[in-house]
Amino acid sequence: MDERPHIEIQNLSVWYGEQRALKDISVAFPARGITAVIGPSGCGKTTLLKSINRLLETSDNVRISGRILLDGADIYAPGVDVTEIRTRVGLLASKPFPLPMSIYDNVLYGPRIHGLCRRDNADAIVERYLRAADLWEEVRERLQTPAHALSTGQQQRLCLARALAVEPEVLLCDEPTAALDPISAQRIEDLLRGLKRHMTIVLVTHILRQARRLADYVVFLWLGELVEAGPAEQVFNNPLSERTRAYLMGDIG
Amino acid sequence: MKKLRHLEEHVFRFLMWLSLLVVLGSLMLILGTMLWRGLPSLSLTMLTQIPKGGYYLGEEGGILNAIVGSLCLASGATAFAWLFSLPVAIYLHGYASRSRTAHLIRLAMDVLWGVPSIVYGAFGFIIMLWLGLRASLLGGIIALACLELPIMVRGMDEALGTVPPALREASYALGATRFETTIKVLLRQAVAGLLTAVLLAFGRGIGDAASVLFTAGYTDRLPDSLFRPVASLPLAVFFQLATPFPAVQQRAYAAGLVLTVIVLAVSVMARWLSRHLTRHVVR
Ligand SMILES: Nc1ncnc2c1ncn2[C@@H]1O[C@H](COP(=O)(O)OP(=O)(O)O)[C@@H](O)[C@H]1O
Ligand SMILES: [Mg+2]
Repeated sequence: MDERPHIEIQNLSVWYGEQRALKDISVAFPARGITAVIGPSGCGKTTLLKSINRLLETSDNVRISGRILLDGADIYAPGVDVTEIRTRVGLLASKPFPLPMSIYDNVLYGPRIHGLCRRDNADAIVERYLRAADLWEEVRERLQTPAHALSTGQQQRLCLARALAVEPEVLLCDEPTAALDPISAQRIEDLLRGLKRHMTIVLVTHILRQARRLADYVVFLWLGELVEAGPAEQVFNNPLSERTRAYLMGDIG
Repeated sequence: MKKLRHLEEHVFRFLMWLSLLVVLGSLMLILGTMLWRGLPSLSLTMLTQIPKGGYYLGEEGGILNAIVGSLCLASGATAFAWLFSLPVAIYLHGYASRSRTAHLIRLAMDVLWGVPSIVYGAFGFIIMLWLGLRASLLGGIIALACLELPIMVRGMDEALGTVPPALREASYALGATRFETTIKVLLRQAVAGLLTAVLLAFGRGIGDAASVLFTAGYTDRLPDSLFRPVASLPLAVFFQLATPFPAVQQRAYAAGLVLTVIVLAVSVMARWLSRHLTRHVVR
C-alpha cells in the first residue's frame, strides 16, 4: 500500500430513513488488485459499494454524509457529474440483469451513450469486450438474439462485458457469483483474477473462501461499522481484532 | 374434524365453479344475444352505407356514419390522452415515484376513474359553451380524452411499476442519465403493458355513449370536419333501440355487434403487436 490509494473513503455514514446503515467508515482501497469486503449479510456491504458509484442516491429516503475521494477528488462534491463517476466506476451486480435488447446492443449500450461507438467500430467493440468476458465463442453466432435467452452464468458474463465496454478504472462487484452455479462462479473468479492487473476491483462477498482465493486486501464490516482493513495475508492469518478472528473462525456472523 | 375439512374443500370448489360459470355464462349470454338479434340484419349495406331517408323507419341505408365517426372519436381521444398520460406516467416513475406529488396524482387519477361518464359529457358541454363550440368531433374527442386519461395513466403507471428497480440501476451504473434510462430501458421493458393501457382506454372510449351525447352530437353524414357533429356507434345503438320498429331495433343489435368486433379486433392486433415488441423483454 505504498502508492496513493485509488479510492479513499472518509467518515462515510449512510442512513435509510432513520436507520443508520453505515457508521463513520474511513478506509482506503489501493490501486489495482482486489479488495474484498467481507461481513455477514445485512452489515452494509452493498450500501458501501453503491456509495462508491453514487448509485445509492437513486433510491428514496437515503442520506449520505462524508467524503469519497476517487484519485483524490471528492465524488460527492457539488458540481460533479454523476454519469461521469458511474462511467469511471463500473458495477457487476449479484443477479445479472441484461437490458431488454440483443446481446450485441447490451455490450454497446454504454459506448453508445458515451459517444464512443461509430458505425465502423461497433462490431470490433462488441467482439473485444465479449472476448474480455470470455463469452465470445459461445455467442458469436447469435449476437442479435435477446440477451435474456442466455443462461444465468452467460448473462453474468454479458453484464461484465457490458460494464467493461465503458472502460471503467474501478469495478465494483456485489457478490457476483451468488446466483451462479459453481462452474460459472469459477469462470467469473478467473476473469476477476485477470482483470485485477489493470483495474481496481472491490469485491463484496460473504463467501470467506472466495475472499481467501481472490483478495489482495480485505475490509471487514460488522453491523455497519468498519472493524478491520488490511492486506489479505494479515487479516486472514493475523487479525488485529478479536471480532475479525471470531468471524473468520465461524464463531459469529 | 377431517370430514369438516373435506366438506370445506368441496364447498369452496363448488363456489369457484359457480363463479366461473356466472362469469363465462354472462359473457356467452351477451355475445349470444347480440349475434342472435343482430346477425340477421347485419349486411354489407349496413356496413357500407350511411342512413338514407326513412332509415329510422326501417328503410334503406346503413351505419357507416357511426362506424367512421366512432373510429375518429376514439382514435382522436386516444391519441390526445396518450400525449398527456405517457409523460405523467414517466414522471410518476422516473422522477417522483414515492413523493407527495406522485401520491396526489395517483389519488386524482383514481377519483377521475370513478367519475361517471355522463359527468364528463356535461363537463365537456360546459367547456364547449364556454369556448363557443357546438357539438362537434373536436368536442367529442376532448370529452372522451378526459374519460380515457385516468385509465391510461393508471395502466401505464402499473406497467412501469413492474420494471425491476435493478434493471434501472443496471442502466444508471453504466453512466446513463435518467432520460436515457427511461427511453431505452424502462419504456422498452414495459412496452406490452403500455400498449395494453392504451388499448384499454381505446375500448372504454369507443364504447361510451354518455360523454359523446352532448359533445359530439349525432348526424347522418360522414365526419368531414373537426367542428361539425359526428355520429357514433353507442348512440346509433341507443337511437335505434329507442324506435318502436322491430326491424330498426334489430339493427341496434347489429350496431352493437360491430362495436364489439371493432374492440375485439383492436385487442387482437395489440396482442400481436406486443408479442413482436417484447422479444427482448427481460422476464
Ligand atoms: N433501500 C433500503 N431501504 C431501507 N433499508 C435498507 C435499504 N437497503 C438496505 N437497507 C438496510 O441497510 C442495511 C445494510 O444493507 P446492505 O448494504 O444491503 O447489506 P449487505 O449487502 O451487507 O447484506 C440492512 O439492515 C438493510 O436492511
Ligand atoms: Mg448485499
